[in-house]
Amino acid sequence: MENKIQYQPSDFKSNQEVRWCPGCGDHGFLNALHKAMAELGISRENHVVVSGIGCSSRTPYYVNTYAFHGIHGRAAAISTGVKIANPGLCVWTVTGDGDALAIGGNHFIHMIRRNMNINLILLNNQIYGLTKGQYSPTSREGQVTKTSPYGTIEPPFIPGDLVLGAQGKFFARAMDTHIKLQTEIFVEAAQFTGASVIEILQNCVIFNDGAYDLLTDKEHREDRQIFLKHGEKMIFGKEKNKGLILDGFKLKAVTIGEDGYTMDDILVHNAKTQNPFIHMMLIGMSYPEYPVAFGIIRAVETSDNYASKLERQMNDVKAKSKIHTMDELLNSGDTWTVE
Amino acid sequence: MTQKNQEVIELDQVVIRFSGDSGDGMQLTGTLFSEASALFGNDVATFPDFPAEIRAPQGTVGGVSGFQVHFGHSEIKTPGDFCDVLVAMNPAALKANRRWLKQGAIVILNSDEFNEKQIIRAGYFTEDPITEDNLHDFNLIYAPINTMVKEALSKLELDNKSTLRCKNMFALGMCYWLFNRPMENTMQKFEKKFAKKPILAEANIMAMKAGYNYADSLGIFPSSYKVLPAEITPGKYRTICGNTGVAWGFAAAAEKSGLNLFCGSYPITPATEILVELSHLKNLGIKALQVEDEIAGICTAIGASFAGNLAVTTTSGPGLSLKSEAINLAVIAELPLVIVDVQRGGPSTGLPTKTEQSDLLQALYGRNGESPIAVIAASTPSDCFYYAFIAAKIAVEHMMPVILLTDGYIGNGSAPFRIPKMADLPAIHPPIVKEGTEDYQPYRRNPETMARYWAVPGTKGLEHRVGGLEKMAITGTVSYVPENHEIMTKERASKVAHVLADVPDLEVEGDGNGELLVIGWGSTYGHLISAVNRLRKHGKKLALAHFNYINPLPSNTEEILRKYKKIVVCEINMGQFVQYMRTKFSDIEFMQYNKIQGLPFTEIELIDCFNNILEG
Repeated sequence: MENKIQYQPSDFKSNQEVRWCPGCGDHGFLNALHKAMAELGISRENHVVVSGIGCSSRTPYYVNTYAFHGIHGRAAAISTGVKIANPGLCVWTVTGDGDALAIGGNHFIHMIRRNMNINLILLNNQIYGLTKGQYSPTSREGQVTKTSPYGTIEPPFIPGDLVLGAQGKFFARAMDTHIKLQTEIFVEAAQFTGASVIEILQNCVIFNDGAYDLLTDKEHREDRQIFLKHGEKMIFGKEKNKGLILDGFKLKAVTIGEDGYTMDDILVHNAKTQNPFIHMMLIGMSYPEYPVAFGIIRAVETSDNYASKLERQMNDVKAKSKIHTMDELLNSGDTWTVE
Repeated sequence: MTQKNQEVIELDQVVIRFSGDSGDGMQLTGTLFSEASALFGNDVATFPDFPAEIRAPQGTVGGVSGFQVHFGHSEIKTPGDFCDVLVAMNPAALKANRRWLKQGAIVILNSDEFNEKQIIRAGYFTEDPITEDNLHDFNLIYAPINTMVKEALSKLELDNKSTLRCKNMFALGMCYWLFNRPMENTMQKFEKKFAKKPILAEANIMAMKAGYNYADSLGIFPSSYKVLPAEITPGKYRTICGNTGVAWGFAAAAEKSGLNLFCGSYPITPATEILVELSHLKNLGIKALQVEDEIAGICTAIGASFAGNLAVTTTSGPGLSLKSEAINLAVIAELPLVIVDVQRGGPSTGLPTKTEQSDLLQALYGRNGESPIAVIAASTPSDCFYYAFIAAKIAVEHMMPVILLTDGYIGNGSAPFRIPKMADLPAIHPPIVKEGTEDYQPYRRNPETMARYWAVPGTKGLEHRVGGLEKMAITGTVSYVPENHEIMTKERASKVAHVLADVPDLEVEGDGNGELLVIGWGSTYGHLISAVNRLRKHGKKLALAHFNYINPLPSNTEEILRKYKKIVVCEINMGQFVQYMRTKFSDIEFMQYNKIQGLPFTEIELIDCFNNILEG
């Protein structure tokens, strides 16, 4: 690992004017990304930011690193090529709910399955913004949009479910307003060797304003959000008196000191377990039955990832093969000479 | 080799076709025979012809798999129109190939399979295929191959199924006897292939020898034949098929340019073998990735190209359609990339295993927006190596995507390949920007090529952004300035035009000016030149101009066209190249000759066509 370089977040800002709408949740995310890059101390030329198409996919223009603005849905595939070509690069994929889960669904799950050492940030605003307000694969059922004037009749994806289904090792979630949490998660994700997916619940002020109001409402947010930390009790609430327990095969939100529940009953978060059982339930928690989970929900450490396996295999083959140059290959096998 | 009692007749060239059920191992048999012939010193061309189904219903015409080998003492440019020898492992193989037999050809029939059940399955109306197919004047050789193989291998501890799998080698042994081919090389091959299962090596070798001895001792053939080595340009040779040639051409370009090779691809007939071959070459540091779909194939390649690799993606027609949006991303991001299209019969799934030249217009025009692109085409299995190398050279030096067209016919077909020395191949100069370069601008161009310069991630101080939105000239920032779009559109067109500096002049084979100019492109070269040469031997005045560079066209194209009274453009499609020529040279009259049967031309039909034009 190279020595940590001292950077300021401003070192990662490009000279381009940021063109997201005022109040858009993407601004918060971008701040956090700049901060995380500075904190990581990886030299600027070794970062590559790749995106697809959509509002969030404009990010490449707003970072002062190498960056590539791709085509709709293909960011995960383009990133995969970048990373395999040069595993030494720190690759960020920035995508949205339409880009990653509709047109790019296939690349999304396969990048995770291969365990590419890439940090994929999915800005989920539950709507198509850049095309002006059509429903997305994460729009809630019944949502009225330009293309669902009578309400959608499609159940939405839960992005984390796809991550688990694709054998994902790292999944985290933050709100667009959680600048500090996002920064922490981005740093962790970049240091994690394997595919890391971070879902940012992002408010679209124009086409889906208030989608997360129930969670972010100042009065109640502490009761409706839970921040998970590996090794710590799953506690939430204004008074820190609520927690999650396992009730049979289900999670249950309880109040400590009520109905006989004590602190000892509260689950300790284990992000590092391979078993996805609890992670899946944490990912699926929704208000009002549960608080919504934030933080690093799953981070199963692996020593291996695609690039390291490829390198190992390549070295094995090179060591065993007698052919190391094109001239040797061209002259190998059955040949004959015409005088 | 034992001394033969029978007469040995010398022949100039022979076409032999091995044909059987798709599980009968005919592709292997044909490959072994062609390798033995090449090693013997003959000139050779081959044509595999197999169904799309891996195991179509046994014994039916739909399930017949064939492999044709044309070998000769004189120069061989095609796999041959009609065969001198047909090996028919069952009645369906006979029925499927009847139309390809020369009058009086030798037909080796596996008589064990010519029973009522199999004859009906093959679709004969009567129980007598010989009368039904009017074959009484042919040299019919009935060999009970199943019985003989079982007997020959009876001492080995092999189950019935494995034993019968060797029947193709019995047939091969018979053919080795018929054409006085040595068997040693094939034996060595089996020993190597089945090193871990010596019993299978032994079984295959025993079956082959049994076939040879059967032909030798029973005197089933009236005579045997000899085809002397051909006069071939001196040098070291190997056999190569077009798909391997493409894979190796890219590998050679990577070594020559000092770049790492990355291939992102998805399996598709008949292009898969390029990916397969590159997957084997990890020893050369090649990264070949089988990804989740065609689009990921090209998009991973574009990512790798951005990161500084020599990137390629391989496909066939339907895959090219899926890749079109991403090809344009490489056009506007101005990144080097080679897209290989091993064409097949279309539209849609069409004829996956059959050949066609019908993706030309897709390659030239099949994208949104103003999207000019360099297109080149290989014309023989052995020049696939060279044109893949050149496609990569153009892509890298001009910072642009290049489409390389081959097709199922040359992709699967094999031919002797004169082994080049890496030192003799042209140099490739990637326009990579060095660290420390002041004032790097992503879209500043080299005035000689119009190419921008390649700043690779990881290089300090050259951080920049590219992508699919229109770029401001020089700086490469996003730009919606109306005049800028026009400037950039013209610059992208100009870049392709500048490839011309790398395109050699078109050379005409035949009479420098005369009655008729035959025009072809890509894989039809062998048939066209054979037909043209045959007519020239008869004193006809004609010539062939064969195109490998489609866009841009060689600069002397018009000059050549104007020298001839008549021009005919011959293609395995409805007339796509001729349409392109008509748009380029609107006052020149082009005739056209087309075939759309999923098959290459035959020499005979071309000769008829040219004769008609010359006489008309």
